Amino acid sequence: MAQLAKKTTNIKVVPVEEEKLVPPWKEAWLAFCKNRLALIGLGIVIFFIIIAFLAPIIAPYDYKAQKLVDRFQAPSSQHWFGTDDFGRDIFSRVLFGARISLWVGFFSVLGSVVFGTALGIIAGYYGRWVDAIISRIFDIMLAFPSILLAIAVVAILGPSLQNALIAIAVINIPNFGRLVRSKVLSVKQEEYIMAARAVGMRDSRILFRHILPNSISPVIVQATLAIATAIIEAAALGFLGMGAQPPTPEWGKMLADSKNYIMQAPWTLFFPGMAIMLTVLGFNLMGDGLRDVLDPKMKQ
Amino acid sequence: MFNYTVRRLFSLIPVLFGMTLVVFAIIHAIPGNPAQVILGQRATAAAIENLTRELGLDRPWYIQYVDYLGQLLQGDLGTSLRTRGPISEEVWPYLAATFELTLVAMLVAVVIGVNAGIISAWFSKSWFDYVAMVVALVGVSMPIFWLGLMLQWGFSIELGWLPTTGRNNVRDPIESITNLYLVDTLLQGRFDQFTTAIKHLALPSMALATIPMAIIARMTRATMLEVMKSDYVRTARAKGLRMFWVVYKHSLKNAIIPVLTVIGLQTGLLLGGAILTETIFGWPGIGRYVYDAISYRDYPVIQSGILIIAAIFVLINLIVDLLYVVVDPRIKYNK
Repeated sequence: MAQLAKKTTNIKVVPVEEEKLVPPWKEAWLAFCKNRLALIGLGIVIFFIIIAFLAPIIAPYDYKAQKLVDRFQAPSSQHWFGTDDFGRDIFSRVLFGARISLWVGFFSVLGSVVFGTALGIIAGYYGRWVDAIISRIFDIMLAFPSILLAIAVVAILGPSLQNALIAIAVINIPNFGRLVRSKVLSVKQEEYIMAARAVGMRDSRILFRHILPNSISPVIVQATLAIATAIIEAAALGFLGMGAQPPTPEWGKMLADSKNYIMQAPWTLFFPGMAIMLTVLGFNLMGDGLRDVLDPKMKQ
Repeated sequence: MFNYTVRRLFSLIPVLFGMTLVVFAIIHAIPGNPAQVILGQRATAAAIENLTRELGLDRPWYIQYVDYLGQLLQGDLGTSLRTRGPISEEVWPYLAATFELTLVAMLVAVVIGVNAGIISAWFSKSWFDYVAMVVALVGVSMPIFWLGLMLQWGFSIELGWLPTTGRNNVRDPIESITNLYLVDTLLQGRFDQFTTAIKHLALPSMALATIPMAIIARMTRATMLEVMKSDYVRTARAKGLRMFWVVYKHSLKNAIIPVLTVIGLQTGLLLGGAILTETIFGWPGIGRYVYDAISYRDYPVIQSGILIIAAIFVLINLIVDLLYVVVDPRIKYNK
């Protein structure tokens, strides 16, 4: 017995190394940083955001300033991207165009996220007839090709950049609504939600404190990719004359104005189009990277 | 299968009903007096009153809607304010032109996209895989209208290989039988015109096909990579079956379902994209018909054009749903 007691006292207690807890956002960021394409995408997006903010400082000319003697100047050291049919500096217009495209892309998607998430949560949480009505509305909206629905909305509201933004926000609502609804349907079956109900927590508290935070990650991914689509849709509406009106330097509108001069001044088309493509590419790459990190199940 | 088809057809009724409501709302939700908006600020009071009466806007909206539905069920899409012709009659040649364009574009997208995806998965991490996926990534990000303009500049203006706009040689027009020029020229034995029609189709179909092609290629690659890791594929290889047959016969069959979904969705998007492509290439399709109507504020045509395209979109999705069963016999909807 005494021996056993001696042996027991001889046991050295080795302190277990404390497991380093990495916060989830840091873990996600580290995983995101490992994806080279996603980083390139992030770089492109940051580049265009900086351009958008600094446009008034960087732009060498006033984007509205017309100088007819300088019309259709080819790219040169004076006018890096050349000039258009009114002699306006295309480089300055492309810089200011970044503001418009990012503004439309960001705020239209914000609108879609807010309304889509709200409707999706209500449909998924309350179910029954509420879900049936909201889901049918989504079905009807999704029955239209998106650009057509946007045209329909602008046909009602009238052509303007603001109305184009509203139209793009409206057409993307069902995408977010459906996504959130399906997520809510699975989250609301979780035990912690049942526990919250059992302790008498109010519906609004359950929805906003528990269900929403646990349903939001696919929305973030979808939103990043939706900004890319929204920028193209805004440019398409501008191209069709249903978005920004002159002299707003919106990229799609710039392409529409230049298409008649394709033979004599192709540079008037090249640069605005390139700007749209690069911005969209940036958001797409970033969105793909975010999807891999935040919602690997969505990965195709 | 029959039960599922019937059920699926019935489920379309509320969607089609809702679509008519949305389209009906286009003219009725215009702020202010729609007749005034259509005729412009300088219109006289008499002209506004006439148009209000002509469009039936002086009656309660629900009566107008019931009338509108009744007309639609009889195949009456209304009258164009610009041409004064019945829309249901004048829309056919436009629809045929769009059908020809989207069909060729989809064919190009599927053939190139699926094969590029398969080869990328087959030779995964090879230079072909990297190049194809970078091209696909850029393709997805490219605005269709810009690509169209760049193709026009490169192949028509700079190289002079292909015509810039239009559907055929205007100096030697094709006699319309089906309004599908590729078919009409063959029916008439006009092979020179057939070549001309193909040349006119080349650029718009290429522009229209690029985005779906890129998406289909990415989707095919992803699903093929997954399927090619399966045990049965390894068994087929172990049995000594040639890789070509393993890929095209065994793997593709099981990888095609998600690709089919994408093809269905993309066909619908092609119809939307047709508005932009047809505007650039002067293609006289339904998209161009709607675009011209927008310029002239011809609201009955805008309404009908949007309704027709949306109805075709819904129909395509239905066909894709039904095709699943044909392609994958494991899916049984009756259970």
